[in-house]
Amino acid sequence: MYGRALAPLALGTAAASAVAFGLVFFYAPLDADQGFIQKIFYLHVPMAIVALLGFLAGGVMAAMHLRTRDRVWDMRSYVAIHLSIILGLGVLVTGSIWAKASWGHWWVWDEPMLVSFLIVFLLYAVYQPLRFSIDDPGRQARYASVFAIAGAAFTVLNFVAVRMAAAYTHPRVFSQTGGNMPADMFLTFLVSLGAMALLFATLWTLELASKNAAERLRRVRRRLEREAEHAEAGERLARPEPAPPIRPAAASR
Amino acid sequence: MVVDALAILRKDIRVELRAREAVPAMALFTVTAFVLFHFGFDRDRLDGDVAAGTLWVTLLLATVLGVNRLYAAEREQGGLEAMLLAPIDRTAIFLAKAAALLLYLVALELVAVPAFGLLLLGPDLVGSLPELGALLLVADIGLAATGALVGALAAETRARELIGPLLLLPLVVPLAIAGAQATEPLFTAPGVAENLGRWLGLMGLYATIFVLLSVALFDFLLED
Amino acid sequence: MPALPLESAGAYVAAAYIVFLALVVIYVAIIGRKVGRLERELTELDDVTRDRER
Repeated sequence: MYGRALAPLALGTAAASAVAFGLVFFYAPLDADQGFIQKIFYLHVPMAIVALLGFLAGGVMAAMHLRTRDRVWDMRSYVAIHLSIILGLGVLVTGSIWAKASWGHWWVWDEPMLVSFLIVFLLYAVYQPLRFSIDDPGRQARYASVFAIAGAAFTVLNFVAVRMAAAYTHPRVFSQTGGNMPADMFLTFLVSLGAMALLFATLWTLELASKNAAERLRRVRRRLEREAEHAEAGERLARPEPAPPIRPAAASR
Repeated sequence: MVVDALAILRKDIRVELRAREAVPAMALFTVTAFVLFHFGFDRDRLDGDVAAGTLWVTLLLATVLGVNRLYAAEREQGGLEAMLLAPIDRTAIFLAKAAALLLYLVALELVAVPAFGLLLLGPDLVGSLPELGALLLVADIGLAATGALVGALAAETRARELIGPLLLLPLVVPLAIAGAQATEPLFTAPGVAENLGRWLGLMGLYATIFVLLSVALFDFLLED
Repeated sequence: MPALPLESAGAYVAAAYIVFLALVVIYVAIIGRKVGRLERELTELDDVTRDRER
């Protein structure tokens, strides 16, 4: 039952987002170099970290699926990856806006975090096409899980590779995404990160609740259909008209 | 297991030698790509980072062709089901497929690298052959593992000729990074390598991770 | 590069936060569509089973 956790998670997200928003715009000091534009940092970086952890979590859940053979884990992995792809899109767009505002270009190749994200995003963009071009549900779950595990390992490896390339070709290092932040900025960042993580957890639970409900409904429908068939077979002699058939469930994913 | 793998590999090599499908196609592809690059850049000779990038990207793209053909025989003639009925380890099938792809790639590079040196490369190729050979070999091991896994993943999908390349290309980006970075100084001044160990290390890490990952995951792709 | 003045920086920051908000809303809309489908199917099932009871 995913629904039970939904209300506290949603309330927690709302509270944390409000606090984070307040801290970002009224508490954290203006950055000495970047000025007001640095406020994007509190959105962009937590989003990137959470999306990244989402991909990794998707891989771990996929491994649980292959190990336990329980389709529930495949569902969880699917939702985590699906959410991370959407957050990843946000990472790319906000990163691009930040790049335009601070360096004058919509895209910069010397920001390893952003470049790594583009590559990982391009890989995971194939996850859904792969999944939905396999018809057999069992095979679909297994293949998607193999993809998710390989993708999680690749994500880590790719970050190492891009960072190494950046270290050798671009000696100047930007300190926006890390370095030593003042304590008040760091606190704001941590709260923002927590709010983003809570948002992820809430949406993940929400989608799983809806998926679970749809799955249960499908099962009830199938059971009723079977019962109707039995009843029909039993009553055919007594009653010439068959019971109204239940239409098969509309195809849904 | 090794015996089974060798048997499947021998079959694949015999089929390839008889039908000559993958390797000549890959070689033709790379040479044609070099011609395209000549006109695309409008340059007679390439050197430095542009030369390194051209060679590596062309080889990685040619790998896509090899991966697409890797499971073609099994798919078209139902050989995979037959292989699964035989009492052999699934890992043997993976090892055989990866080894076949490795051999395709080495064969391709024996043609493509001299062709590149002849057609496009400005600086002397011979002086940097040992370093380039080492880089290509380590990269090929990683590519063979990734390619065999991706090929198997894509083989069972409806749009395999789309899914395969789209999956493989982002996955080989780390190899493109390491290969191009390590080759760039070699193509600037022959035989002068910079940070070669570091980039070889990254490729070795890539190869290790994907070989282990593929061995661990391949079983799940073949069970039914 | 010198820091942007507040008025132009504000637009970029606002744009970034709006993008984020839009993504969340789109996501909720997608889930909303799924819930809508769920409701429709449940209603259908309810009607059919009620007919059968009579």
